[in-house]
Amino acid sequence: MKIALPFFAIAAIVAVIYSGVKFYNLQIFFGIVLPYICFTLAIVGFIARIIRWAASPVPFHITTVCGQQKSLPWISHSKIESPTTGMGVLLRVIGETIVFRSLFRNDRASLYKDKSRVIYSSDKLLWAGALLFHWFLFIIVLRHLRLFLEPVPYWVITLQNMDGILETTIPGVYISNVIVSLSVLYLILRRFRSRIRYISLPADYFILFLLGSIILSGILMRHIYRVDILDAKAFIMGLIYLKPLVHEGLGAMFYVHLGLVSVLFMYIPHSKLMHMAGIFLSPTRNLKNDSRMKRHINPWGYPVKEHTYDEWEEEFKDALKEAGIPLEGEDVRLRQ
Amino acid sequence: MVKIIIGLICLLIILFSPVGYNVITGRTGYIPLLKTPQYQGDCVEGTIYMRKRHMEVLERWRNAYVRDGIKRYVSINGIYNISLTGTCLKCHSNKAEFCDRCHDYGGIKPGCWDCHHIPEIKAEK
Ligand code: HEC
Ligand code: HEC
Ligand code: HEC
Repeated sequence: MKIALPFFAIAAIVAVIYSGVKFYNLQIFFGIVLPYICFTLAIVGFIARIIRWAASPVPFHITTVCGQQKSLPWISHSKIESPTTGMGVLLRVIGETIVFRSLFRNDRASLYKDKSRVIYSSDKLLWAGALLFHWFLFIIVLRHLRLFLEPVPYWVITLQNMDGILETTIPGVYISNVIVSLSVLYLILRRFRSRIRYISLPADYFILFLLGSIILSGILMRHIYRVDILDAKAFIMGLIYLKPLVHEGLGAMFYVHLGLVSVLFMYIPHSKLMHMAGIFLSPTRNLKNDSRMKRHINPWGYPVKEHTYDEWEEEFKDALKEAGIPLEGEDVRLRQ
Repeated sequence: MVKIIIGLICLLIILFSPVGYNVITGRTGYIPLLKTPQYQGDCVEGTIYMRKRHMEVLERWRNAYVRDGIKRYVSINGIYNISLTGTCLKCHSNKAEFCDRCHDYGGIKPGCWDCHHIPEIKAEK
């Protein structure tokens, strides 16, 4: 059920767009109205979410560190793992965003060979898979710039030629497409493993199926149901300059691809894909570990209403006495 | 809070930079005008088909010619000699204003011309 629900949700989206375009000529809705709505919702939702996050107080620095903190001069200080300067924090966040350093430390629990005890071994496969997936997805996004920029900058063409360096068929297979497809497949299959399936929610599958279907529709559009790239670019340029026009050279597959991307955009602010912003805002990563060097004052600073033990004892004096509990106020031995 | 606003502004700048780029280059509404040939007969396949799939035709041509030694290509429009320079560029004689103009727009740079010859454009006509 957890898997079937998101799967059929995606299938329904694809079916609705495909049949809408193919049989009811709803190009204007799926090609123009839907992308505009979704894009607007995405930006507004994204900003609203960030502002909501930013408004939550961070009373003091709650870094998680995995290195020696700054201490005596002869103890070597791990400047990035346990940063005390803004520069160190910057390096740590950059390391996190571009090479996923904390995922590198990912480990997994398993039973020792004779099942006598639990052992923890490092699990680099997830790190490698995630790194490949994100970087090649980034390359794919950059490659799409050829449909958004006019004239197409030289570096986009170079990137594209490097990506297609295998020159297998014409149109050539892009390395990035292969790697991203395989890694999404891995990420999906990983969730089918019993332990991870146990903690997976429909949303986890939904996002993977959504990405998978976007990638699949893109690849199909390139290799099987070809679209006219000239028309595609003219169409996209029309969209971004608010002069949208339906071009007839675009097949249903193009609208499916565009529609799925629109759904993805709309979904971003409400999904775990917000980690793209969250990674910069996670307090365990982006704060200095200087809690022992600097006093962090409670930022709210309102007077806290205190109720000391003495007052409490005074209040319940009789009940305490009755229960035979020694009172600090009277027993000298307890007052030290 | 200042950092958040800077971050959001960066995001918006990155997101909308393609829009600005095209405005700066002044080609927001540009659509390439193809110099299609004076009528010399029909294209190898239908125009719409060619528009989407000429690269597949070329691949078939190349494989047929180089691997199987086939020298003729038969389509509903007629019989064609298999040759990139000799057939395609005979009709589409102005490569710069036909193939290249369209490819530049789509950001494609086929490497065929590293080896294959580009005939010079005859001035008249
Ligand atoms: C006999 C002459 C002739 C030959 C040979 C020929 N073409 Fe064409 N081609 C044409 C004509 C005529 C058109 C139609 C132009 C139009 O409709 O505006 C055309 C259209 C095209 C188009 C679509 C252009 C557009 O406006 O969308 C492409 C792409 C194309 N040809 C590529 C090729 C390729 C590649 C080859 C070699 C395999 C080739 N042609 C061989 C005559 C030819
Ligand atoms: C209507 C625009 C248009 C015209 C005209 C055109 N092409 Fe293309 N060409 C394309 C598009 C679009 C692609 C596919 C790009 C893709 O799928 O990445 C392409 C791809 C190719 C490829 C495959 C390149 C690769 O690496 O995948 C070759 C080869 C090619 N064209 C040759 C020609 C030749 C030769 C001519 C002139 C006779 C020509 N084209 C005219 C639009 C055009
Ligand atoms: C490494 C050099 C090289 C590159 C790059 C190259 N070719 Fe060729 N091509 C050849 C050679 C050599 C032949 C064989 C010529 C002969 O036997 O007459 C040939 C033959 C062909 C033929 C059939 C014969 C003819 O005269 O045209 C076609 C069609 C063809 N190539 C298409 C392409 C296309 C399309 C591309 C770009 C995607 C391309 N080639 C890139 C070297 C190259």
